[in-house]
Amino acid sequence: MPQGFRLAEGGLIDRARPLGFRFNGRSYQGYAGDTLASALLANGVHLVARSYKYHRPRGIVSAGPEEPNALVQLGRDPRSDPNTRATQLELVEGLAARSQNCWPGVGFDVGALNGLVSRLLPAGFYYKTFKWPASLWMKYEYVIRHAAGLGRAPGERDPDIYDKTNAHCDVLIVGGGPAGLAAALAAARTGARVVLAEQDCQLGGALLDRPDETIDGKPALDWVAETLIELGRNPEVRILPRTTAFAYYDHNYLALVERVTDHLGEKPETLPRERLWKVRAHQVVLATGAIEQQLVFSDNDRPGIMLAGAGRTYLNRYAVKPGSRAVVFTNNDGAYGAALDLQKAGVSVAAVVDLRTAPEGPLSEQAEAAGLPILAEHAIVATRGAKRVGQVAVAPLGPEGDRITGDGEGVECDLVLCSGGWSPTVHLFSQSGGRLAWDELRGCFLPDTPAQATHVAGACNGAFGLAACLEQGLAAGETAAAAAGFETKGAGKAPPQATDRGFLPARWLRLVPSIEPAGRGGKHFVDQQNDVTVADIQLALREGYRSIEHVKRYTGTGMGTDQGKTGNVNAIGIVARELGRPLPEVGVTTFRPPYTPVTFGVFAGRDVDDLLDPVRKTAIHAWHERAGALFEDVGQWRRPWYYPQGGESMHRAVAREVEACRSSLGILDASTLGKIDIKGQDAAELLNRVYTNAWSKLETGRCRYGLMLGEDGMVMDDGVTARLGEHHYLMTTTTGNAAAVLGHLEEWLQTEWPELQVHLTSVTEQFATVSIAGPNARRLLGELTNDIKLTPKALPHMSFAEGAVAGIPARVFRISFTGECAYEINVPASYGMALWQTLIRAGEKYDITPYGTEAMHVLRAEKGYIIVGQETDGSVTPFDLGMDWIVSKKKDFVGKRSLARSDMAKSDRKQLVGLLTDNPQEVLPEGAQLVEKALDKPPMPMIGHVTSSYMSPNLGRSIALALVKGGRERHGQKVQAPLPGGHTAVCEIAGPVFFDPEGERLRG
Amino acid sequence: MLLIPCPYCGPREETEFSYGGEAHIERPKQPEALGDEAWADYLFMTGNTKGVFLERWVHSHGCRRWFNAARDTLTNEVLAVYEMGGKPPKLEKRSYV
Repeated sequence: MPQGFRLAEGGLIDRARPLGFRFNGRSYQGYAGDTLASALLANGVHLVARSYKYHRPRGIVSAGPEEPNALVQLGRDPRSDPNTRATQLELVEGLAARSQNCWPGVGFDVGALNGLVSRLLPAGFYYKTFKWPASLWMKYEYVIRHAAGLGRAPGERDPDIYDKTNAHCDVLIVGGGPAGLAAALAAARTGARVVLAEQDCQLGGALLDRPDETIDGKPALDWVAETLIELGRNPEVRILPRTTAFAYYDHNYLALVERVTDHLGEKPETLPRERLWKVRAHQVVLATGAIEQQLVFSDNDRPGIMLAGAGRTYLNRYAVKPGSRAVVFTNNDGAYGAALDLQKAGVSVAAVVDLRTAPEGPLSEQAEAAGLPILAEHAIVATRGAKRVGQVAVAPLGPEGDRITGDGEGVECDLVLCSGGWSPTVHLFSQSGGRLAWDELRGCFLPDTPAQATHVAGACNGAFGLAACLEQGLAAGETAAAAAGFETKGAGKAPPQATDRGFLPARWLRLVPSIEPAGRGGKHFVDQQNDVTVADIQLALREGYRSIEHVKRYTGTGMGTDQGKTGNVNAIGIVARELGRPLPEVGVTTFRPPYTPVTFGVFAGRDVDDLLDPVRKTAIHAWHERAGALFEDVGQWRRPWYYPQGGESMHRAVAREVEACRSSLGILDASTLGKIDIKGQDAAELLNRVYTNAWSKLETGRCRYGLMLGEDGMVMDDGVTARLGEHHYLMTTTTGNAAAVLGHLEEWLQTEWPELQVHLTSVTEQFATVSIAGPNARRLLGELTNDIKLTPKALPHMSFAEGAVAGIPARVFRISFTGECAYEINVPASYGMALWQTLIRAGEKYDITPYGTEAMHVLRAEKGYIIVGQETDGSVTPFDLGMDWIVSKKKDFVGKRSLARSDMAKSDRKQLVGLLTDNPQEVLPEGAQLVEKALDKPPMPMIGHVTSSYMSPNLGRSIALALVKGGRERHGQKVQAPLPGGHTAVCEIAGPVFFDPEGERLRG
Repeated sequence: MLLIPCPYCGPREETEFSYGGEAHIERPKQPEALGDEAWADYLFMTGNTKGVFLERWVHSHGCRRWFNAARDTLTNEVLAVYEMGGKPPKLEKRSYV
């Protein structure tokens, strides 16, 4: 019968809007306002899942985010979502979900065999597999991964979009129940800017499940509606339903996730699926409520056994009968409310089983008066039923509550509503650093000392009655607004009239005894999601674990996606009992974000694909693209790598580009080189202190190469600096290091040498830099400039001149990274493309050839020029590079003292050498390790590694640079490079300069 | 994420800043005069205080200026900020040990 368990009237559902949905392939119907869980229950479906380890049949336990069992796989690829809580999933037309971790189906599941061999899968079984032969571990891992687990990740890319947004407010209120709404009212009335976040689609919290509650003599939901109208009229108030505050970080910074479109049948393309709110709040009010705790009794996990409060929610909010014949099992007065609601809805109540010695409290009295069958000082000692509870055994408790007297009497039922008391939702409070205190009377941890500007109100603060919630909410809202600097006069009017019905008194039996001890016969589940039983905790304690954090990790209790929201206090209580220590001494485990699972999508937001990281392009980029260049990422820059022509291979293209530079003319876009403009009367002194060589005597118009060290003596950057004027220098840095070098210089200037009069400005992007290199470079440049003298005497190697090139104001630096006569022409970036195109046109007669970074690397390697970050790795000194000539002995500089450490002088340090393979056609892989003599198999002593390796077209053979222990003393010796695949390359150590060692081409 | 009061720009998100380690470690005037151990002490050894710690920050994605801060490393409260070269403010000692 469709919706056979739906009540004829009542509830907050819209009977005029039926919705069709599918679960495990079958079609059902529910109503707008349902969750998937309530719609399933309306159709009598209780078995919805198989458990993680034992594949036991499981049903719906709760009606909210605390749900341990009813996790479903939602939708299909690519929009499939695993581990979705059916209890929070709003029903939409056409929704399709299925059970997880079962095969072939949830009704008959082969994995349930695990339950029969459960003795082989005790607490820590996973860790114990580590101890068995290591070779077998991967096999266990494979089997375990397949047998245990939850949902499946989608196999395709997520087609939805997600957004992130920031918000600032005076008062952020988490929780839209009576306390949160009251806090919002009080704070908003002061004029404070208020954000109220509620995880549910509706505001009202527990009032949504309690039609009997009244405020000021009217139904409580009327008060909620009036409050929402008042808040809605206030432009400073933002109410965010369907929004979970999942993390509370430092300085009142909270992360919220808003579910924007999941509940919509038609999803507008303009809206993101979810939105991440990053809220910085002056003050925070936590009105997060409380979560009912389970009772730990034998086989407490059968479908049809749920929390008493959830039972009330399904009856009252969703108008669903969760069963036909119920047993209520409680340790407190509050669950009698559920018994009364059941009776009112026409569900027969077979028994109220109360662990307490007498049914005390207002609700108990009402239940007695209503004639409900109450069994005080009794316990459920066993449950039966394969896919749904069908019977429970009830027996009297012994006087201490630690054992059963008598055999137990069977009671037929298809629903058991349990209550083990309520535990405040202190997750966010604890994440914020606030301290918790144990409350013996309420049997829970309560917020104690806040660590930030945090206020707590309502059930989260141990106020379980409605009147107290309203009073605390108003007070917290007012205090928070006052702390944020708002006048509170009359803001929190006298609290409205309501009744305080808590759930106390209670009797705290964390472990309900059964006929046989825990671990024999039935299973007492402490954590249903992770299949952790009392026996597992006892085993962990027997094996020596004492700290609750260790017991948690060894057994896995509280480590599921629900983070043990309905059972952690029980776990702590059971550990305390077993150890014979007071519960607060055992303490709580750490609460960490997120409060409930958050999608990866919302963390990624729009920061994907092209927006993942900025891309920097030079002024000439479009030309490179048109020329068919392939690009290489250098930091965020995209540089031409090489320019293949007519289907050329990389090897051919690079060889052609290299040969062109050596034989005629090459052109390179060097705009990405870092450029720092240095001005001030102490500019030279700054250079003296940060470079290893001396700068005082560099004349205006000249350039010098510098090596920059960290204070630890290791090479951190290199580059050429030109003296543009009396107190004016232009420093170049490696492309990837520009920001780091500027930061390094600024740090020294601002923190250590504030007396130096120097200003630093990054001008990398203000200039386009074009380098032309080769025997025809001077000829070409000469054709394009009248006012710059280019003769070797007028503009020698390492000098600079200013003038016009092709009519463009330019700085021309005669510096070379290729070993050829070369000019780096800097022009304002907006002229970059014009200069490049002019040079290309004018250079046609010289066969001007654009070359990329790969050819540049080959050219410089032929000359033995290092690249910082390739030949160096943060552990290489100037001496290791054979660059003693650039290290001043006279002046101090950053890193100098470290070079004098004894370790730096050791003869077996790795030093830069050239490497020539015996087979001239063999190009060693970069990173290859070098050994004296290759052995059959590792380990073998390694004496160095290859840092750069290329085929050199000019030499007609391969060349490599390497760092080798004591390499400078080994010139002429052979080393071996054992390569993947068993081949060993034999090479000879040589000097690192392979081409034109005298530098005649450079200077000519 | 911390909210750091840059002395020049006002309170800004932590992501705009870079951390610079312990404050008030002066570079030796004559490094050459130091033994290896004393130099290593300057270079590598910094405090690891549980409580109020004087440290350096730079507003790298803002004004690019360095400053000092006094932060409680346990609670992350930023108790004071002051300029480079300035004297630390008098603060109550906090001991958590």
